[in-house]
Amino acid sequence: MSALAQTSWRPDGASDPLATRHGLIGAPVSRIDGPLKVAGQARFAAEVSMPGLLHAGFVYSSVARGRIKAIDTAAAEALPGVALVMTHRNAPRMKPPALFGTTPEAAGASDLPIMQDAEIHWNGQTVAVVLAETREQAEEAAALVAVEYESLPAVTAFAAAKAHAHPPESVLGEPAVLEIGDAEAALAAAAVKVDLTFTTPRQNHNAIELHAATIAWEGDRLTIHDASQLVTMTAATIAQVFDLDPKQVRVLSPYVGGGFGGKCLWDHQILGAAAARLAGRPVRVVLSREGVFRLVGGRTQTEQRVALAATADGKLDALIHTGVAAMTAHNACPEQFTFPARHLYAARTFKLVQQVAEMDMLANTFMRAPGESIGTFALECAIDELAEKLGADPVAFRRGIEPEKDPTSSHEFSTRHLNEAYAAGAERFGWAKRSATPRARRDGEWLIGMGCATGTYPYYRMPGGAARITLTADGRARVAAAAHEMGMGTATVQSQVAAERLGLPLDRVSFALGDTELPPSPVAGGSNQTAAIGAAVIAAHTELVKALLKLAGNASPLAGLSTDEVEGRDAGLGKRGDAARFESYASILRRAGRDEVTVQAEAPMPLELQKWSMHSTAAQFCEVRVSESTGEVRVARFLGSFDCGRILNAKTARSQFRGGIVMGLGLALTEETLFDERSGRIVNATMAEYHVPVHLDVPEIEVIWTDIPDPRTPMGARGIGEIGITGVGAAVANAVYNATGKRIRDLPITLDKLL
Amino acid sequence: MRFSINGADHEIDFDIRTSLLDLLREHLQLTGTKKGCDQGACGACTVLVDGERINACLALAVQYQGRAITTIEGLGTPGHLHALQAAFVEHDGFQCGYCTPGQICSAVGMAAEARRGVPSVVTADLAATQIALDHDELRERMSGNLCRCGAHNGIIDAVRQVLAREAA
Repeated sequence: MSALAQTSWRPDGASDPLATRHGLIGAPVSRIDGPLKVAGQARFAAEVSMPGLLHAGFVYSSVARGRIKAIDTAAAEALPGVALVMTHRNAPRMKPPALFGTTPEAAGASDLPIMQDAEIHWNGQTVAVVLAETREQAEEAAALVAVEYESLPAVTAFAAAKAHAHPPESVLGEPAVLEIGDAEAALAAAAVKVDLTFTTPRQNHNAIELHAATIAWEGDRLTIHDASQLVTMTAATIAQVFDLDPKQVRVLSPYVGGGFGGKCLWDHQILGAAAARLAGRPVRVVLSREGVFRLVGGRTQTEQRVALAATADGKLDALIHTGVAAMTAHNACPEQFTFPARHLYAARTFKLVQQVAEMDMLANTFMRAPGESIGTFALECAIDELAEKLGADPVAFRRGIEPEKDPTSSHEFSTRHLNEAYAAGAERFGWAKRSATPRARRDGEWLIGMGCATGTYPYYRMPGGAARITLTADGRARVAAAAHEMGMGTATVQSQVAAERLGLPLDRVSFALGDTELPPSPVAGGSNQTAAIGAAVIAAHTELVKALLKLAGNASPLAGLSTDEVEGRDAGLGKRGDAARFESYASILRRAGRDEVTVQAEAPMPLELQKWSMHSTAAQFCEVRVSESTGEVRVARFLGSFDCGRILNAKTARSQFRGGIVMGLGLALTEETLFDERSGRIVNATMAEYHVPVHLDVPEIEVIWTDIPDPRTPMGARGIGEIGITGVGAAVANAVYNATGKRIRDLPITLDKLL
Repeated sequence: MRFSINGADHEIDFDIRTSLLDLLREHLQLTGTKKGCDQGACGACTVLVDGERINACLALAVQYQGRAITTIEGLGTPGHLHALQAAFVEHDGFQCGYCTPGQICSAVGMAAEARRGVPSVVTADLAATQIALDHDELRERMSGNLCRCGAHNGIIDAVRQVLAREAA
C-alpha cells in the first residue's frame, strides 16, 4: 500500500472522490422537506391519530430524596374519563434501562429503575401517570393525586457536592486526568501568567417541540411514534426494559422539532409504554413545558480553573484546565469541558483534570457541544487575558501557539486550518479596527467592544450505521437509513450525496429516514450523523456498483471493469476517465430483466479516528454594545469563520452554524436553569423565565468557511451541528471586556454583573 | 358548537375547558398549529382570528365560535405555498420546522398591525401613522415567536423580502 493508502479512511486507500467533486456537493439546495414544514404538514410525534387514544397526565415528586409513604389515587380514579392511575404499586415490572455508553445500543439517560419502587431520587421524578379520555381530564386527575413523602437528607448544594468531587472512571473513553510535564511548577515559576476561576450554570435544550410520544401495543409488538435523535438505540433499550426482542419494538420519528441532545430516551416514553400496556389502549404522552424541565436533563453546572503560563517569547509554558461538573450517581455525562485544551494549543506542560460531584438531581445530559461549549468559554477567556498581559493581539498570540501535531496525543491532524479561518475572519470582521484598550469606543451611553475566541469540536463517526439503496429501471434511487431529521437537513444533504455518487439528478433520488424498519443508524449526536450515514451510503453504493456490474455481464460496454474503475454518471455507470465506456442504469436493468435492484451495507468501522487527531475549528468574532447606565449587553455584530472540511450544502450549513452561534449568545448572556439548592427543584421551568435569544437579540450573523476537504472523512466533510456554539461565550465575554474593562467569568453575563 | 376555520364550518362538541390549540390539534387534526409551551410564551401556536394574531394555547375554544380562524393550513399547501411560506423555504427560515407555522402566521398578523399604524417598543414616533418595517421593527415585532434552531436571520430575511415585494 502507498503512504496515502495507510492514511485514508477508505480501506482501498483513496479519499472519497466526492471530497473534491463539484456539482451537487456544496450547492445551496433548499430543503427537500421545506414545503411540508412551512405548510404545517410535516407530522411530528404528538400528531399521529389513533382510535381509542388515551392521554397521559404526569405527577412529579416535590422532594429531592426520600420515599413515597402514601399515595392516594382514589379522587383521581373517580373522575369521569379516567382510565387508570399508574404508580409504583401497579406499574408493570420493567428492568432499569441500560445506561448510555455501557453497550453500543444502550440509550438510558440513567440506570435508575422507573416506577418500580417507592424511592425518590430527584425533585421532579414521576410518581404517578394518569390516563384519561381527554387531556383536560388527565391533567385534572393528575392534580388530584395526593402523595405523602418521607424525606431523606439530599445533596442539593453544589458546594456540598464539590467537597466529595472525584475524577470519573473515564470521560467518554478518555482519561479524566491527563498530565504532561509539571505544569504547576511551570506556572509557579512563570513571570507572565493567569490563574482564573470560571463558573457556568445549568442550561436546558428547550427545543420548541415538547417531548411527546404516541404509543400502541399490538400483542407483544410495540410501536412508538417518538421525537427521537436515536431511534435504533431507543428500540433496543425499550426492548431490554420490557424484555422483548428488539424486532418487536418499532420506533418512528420522521420529524423532530429540535433536539440539541435532549430528544433521547427518558422516562416518559417508558412510562407511556407501561401505561399503555396496563390500559390495553394506545397512549399519547405530551409533556408540559414544566414536565420537560422535570424529566429531561440539561447541561450541568461547572466550576473550572484555567491557569496559563507564558514564556517571554509568547509561547505557552503551562496549560492547566481543571474543574468539577455536577452529576448524579446514576448517569455518565461528565461534561467534557477539558477536551478543547487537549487539542487546541501547543504548550510545554499540561495538567487537565475533570472531576464530577454527585448531587441528588435529575440526570444531566448532552446539550449541544457538551463540554466544548463551556470549556471554550473558560479556556478562551483565559487566553484573552494572557494575551493582554503579554501586550499581544489575541489573534496573533493564538497564531504563535498553533500546534504542529495534536499536543496531547501527538497524532497528526487530519487537516487543520485554524490560522486561515482566523485570517479570513479577522479581515472580514474588521478586527484591525479594534482598540486593545478597553472603553476606547462609545456611542452615547453605549460602550462598544470587540472580542474573539476559538471554537472547536471533534470529528466523530459512530459505528453501527447502515444504508439501503434501491435503484429502479426508470432511473430513480430510493435511499434509506433509520437516521434522524431534527433540522439538520438530513434528507436533503444525503440526497445530494447519493445523487452525486449515483450520477442522478437530485429529483430522481429520495431519502427515507426516521424509522427502525429501515437500516440501523447510530445516534444523531456528536455532530456525527452526516459522516456516519454518508459512510453507510458509500458502502451501499459500492455494493450497488458490484451488483450492477454483475447484472451488466459480458454484453455491456462495462464488461471486465472492477468497482474501483467505474463511477456513477449521467444516470448510469461509466469507466472513470473514459467517456466511451458507459451504460445507463435503465439499460443494465432492462437487459437483466429487472425492475429494480436493492442493496444494503454497513459503514466500515471508524478506524480513521484511531490514527488521526480529527477536529473542526472556528474563529468567532463579536461586537457588543454595553449600556453604561443599565449594564445591558446588545450583540451588534457576529461573524463565525469555520474550518470544518468540505461543506455539503451551503444553505443548510450556514443555518446550522448560525443556529449554534445563536444558542451560544443565549449561553453567553441569558440562559440559566435556576436550581433551588434548598429543595433541589428547578424553579424557572417555563419558556417565559428561561430566556432563549429572541429575534431582537439576534443580529445579522455572518458565516464563512475554509471549505478545505478533510481527506480522512466521507465526502471530505466533518460534522457541523455543534461547533457553532463553541467559542461564542468567550467571544462575547472578551468583547464585553473590551467595551467595559470588566472581566465576567460567571455565566450568563447578565446586567447585574456589569453594574 | 360551530367554528369557522380556514373558511370551512365545523360543528363539534367537546370538553368546554379545551383550548383553541387543543381543539385544532386533538379534535380537528389540524396539527399544523404547534404546541411549544401551552403558556403563551413561545408563539408556536399563533393563529389568525379575524386577521389578528393570537396564541391559540391561551384562547378558550368556546369563545371563538363564529370568528374567522385561519391556521397555517389555510394559508397555503405544499403544492401552492403562500408567498411567505415560499420565502421561508428560499431563505432557509427554519430548521426543524416546528416553530415555523407560528412564525408565518405571526408575520401575516404583524404586517397587518404595521399597516394599521400600531407602534412597537422600538418605534421612535408613537404618533406616526406610517410605520416603516426596518430591521429593528421586524425583529422586535417577531420577538414573541421563539425559534430554538436559530433560524432568526432567515426568518427576518424571508419576511422582509415578502413585505418589500408587497410594497412595490
